[in-house]
Amino acid sequence: MSFKDPRLFQIALLGCLLGLGAFFRDFAIRPEQIALAIVSALATQALFIHQLKLKGSINYLSALITAFSLSLLLRADSNWVHPMAACAAIAAKFVIRTGQKHVFNPGNLGVVLALLFLPGSWTSSGQWGQDIAIAAWVFMLGTLVTTKARRGDISWAFLGFFLGIVALRVMILGQKPAVFLHQLTNGSLLLFAFFMISDPMTIPNHPRGRILYAFLVAVLAAVWQYGLFRTNGLIWALFLCSPLVPLIDRWLPAGRYKWIPTGGSNATSHPETVAVDRYRRCVIGAAAPGS
Amino acid sequence: MLLIVIGAASSGLLLQVPDAEAFCGFYVARADVKLYNKSSQVAVVRHDNKTVMSMLNDFEGEMKDFALVVPVPVVLEEGQIHVADKALFEHLDAFSAPRLVEYHDPDPCRVYEAESWGMAKSAAPPMAGALRDERSRALGVTVEAQYTVGEYDIVILSATESGGLETWLIESGYRVPAGARRALQPYIRQGLKFFVARVNLKEQAATGLSWLRPLQFAFESPRFMLPIRLGMANSQGAQDLIVYLMTREGRVETTNYRTIKIPSDVEIPEFALTEFADVYRALFERALAKEGGRAVFTEYAWNMGWCDPCASDPLSSAELRELGVFWLDEANDTRGGAVPVQLTRLHVRYTAETFPEDLVFQETGDRENFQGRYIVRHPWKGEAGECSAARDYFRNLRARQDREAETLAGLTGWDLADIRRKMKLGSRPKSDSWWRKLWGNGG
Repeated sequence: MSFKDPRLFQIALLGCLLGLGAFFRDFAIRPEQIALAIVSALATQALFIHQLKLKGSINYLSALITAFSLSLLLRADSNWVHPMAACAAIAAKFVIRTGQKHVFNPGNLGVVLALLFLPGSWTSSGQWGQDIAIAAWVFMLGTLVTTKARRGDISWAFLGFFLGIVALRVMILGQKPAVFLHQLTNGSLLLFAFFMISDPMTIPNHPRGRILYAFLVAVLAAVWQYGLFRTNGLIWALFLCSPLVPLIDRWLPAGRYKWIPTGGSNATSHPETVAVDRYRRCVIGAAAPGS
Repeated sequence: MLLIVIGAASSGLLLQVPDAEAFCGFYVARADVKLYNKSSQVAVVRHDNKTVMSMLNDFEGEMKDFALVVPVPVVLEEGQIHVADKALFEHLDAFSAPRLVEYHDPDPCRVYEAESWGMAKSAAPPMAGALRDERSRALGVTVEAQYTVGEYDIVILSATESGGLETWLIESGYRVPAGARRALQPYIRQGLKFFVARVNLKEQAATGLSWLRPLQFAFESPRFMLPIRLGMANSQGAQDLIVYLMTREGRVETTNYRTIKIPSDVEIPEFALTEFADVYRALFERALAKEGGRAVFTEYAWNMGWCDPCASDPLSSAELRELGVFWLDEANDTRGGAVPVQLTRLHVRYTAETFPEDLVFQETGDRENFQGRYIVRHPWKGEAGECSAARDYFRNLRARQDREAETLAGLTGWDLADIRRKMKLGSRPKSDSWWRKLWGNGG
């Protein structure tokens, strides 16, 4: 494990936010739900690592991030929703793949699956409140992570597009600027921008592709929220746009992201990718992806 | 001359203390809507994009001065509008209001027998011209429909710009507050219609009632929200709004503001029995201040079929259907078991600054029960010398009363010394000394 891995920072920051939220923001999340989410995510990851004969403990970091993300986003009135969502989210990472990447952001997929199929689950997007201090903290901490992960452009692009649409709507409707400020300081929007859409493994590789993707997610989220009057616009928009990433990657090819820069090694030699592709060919029977 | 009122209302300060009712302890008082100076109540029934909204304004002026303007997503037909019984709101309020309960400490010298549980028993509540078309067109206002329903004359308007609508209202005899134009504009631009109601004095006289009954309307729309911004145009200062939401699956919360539970299940000093109105008001104000005035409070979230303790009987199937619970089968009896109706009571105190947007709701999958409940425990009236257990009891009692004083000070922000004085606690008791229990000489 290397301390250069930005996921370590992300885990620390998500852990802090979870603690802050649970203690000071009256989150309806129980410690046992967090514990079960973590255990389930790690166990699922271990199962696939064992099955695919992958090496290295580093793979567990992503699973931990998924468990934390689910704990931050998902609420349930029972204890079995979080572990089931975590298991499905991690499993999908190994099963639903195109080329060398998994298609869905695991945290995002886990929330969507829970909302669709698990009764007694919901999300509390308003629960972060409009506390400007918290917003500033998320903002700064998120910058740290995205800078470390070197794909922060998507966070800024997304915020720019989404807040641009919100500002436009406020102007067209003749609402007061306070409405825009109310949206700007929304903790869950900033969390989404810095900790979910910024996941370098599920976004386009090419910088221009990422800007395009941020635009599409922002527009769909705004339509979902303001046109269709549905809840969880950000979550659904990211989920529905995810299948576009392989298309954007094909159109605008670029090198795949690696958590730890390794100098000479190229993307296709990543052990997880090679093993997963072997798994897909042998176990699932899917066609081998083109290289 | 009419006044646009939405959300604004006034009422006296009063605490209702009905007869004590049995449960595990006794229900003694509730912090109901009468506690607040300017308050309004809205009941929202919602399932599958179908909404039934009932609005009760505690309007105390001249009937002829009353007018209500509510943005609605569709043009309502006459059959979609209804006038309900005010008693429905009184029952909803009584059923879901934060409650004070009392316990009597048992005699520590006696082996106590199993406590009996009883269901609350309370009495069932009583059940509660012509328009100038051309001028309207010139102003960009279309009168989509007009009806007289109960004691109300209702007009459904659509408008193309807020100035025209404001002028139309003024020319039609409504007294429009300053700032209304700006408040109307976002709704017009979202393509919403306006439901405008005023009192038909002749019809009102025929009802023989001295108050206005709640207006109800049913519509289908994906929007699950409550327009509160319009009411701010004519209000000074903060307004209290109690929203009762009846849904099928779970608790309702707001998606664009924090929704938090009011502090609950705490033991507070005995004197709260006579001052519960002040206690709850201070408690609410302090909880709101902690959130910078920007939170919505859940005061009650429970299945409609039962309660514990019951501040009032659950609403009957007939009452629920009257409120608009359309999915409830006539055969469903709501008493004595869970019914497919979850009731959420939200309390919002809003100002123009703290709530810049209308309330947007979502139904969650949360069926966990919650109520604002405050507990008073009456000490046992015996003597310390009666038995050794009694000595321990009184020692623990002092510690408990200290805790109760601190709890109340923390919840309300009241001065701890004042609270202790009211409780006649004096200075901290010596029985706290750590060595008293050491060699059994703690008497």
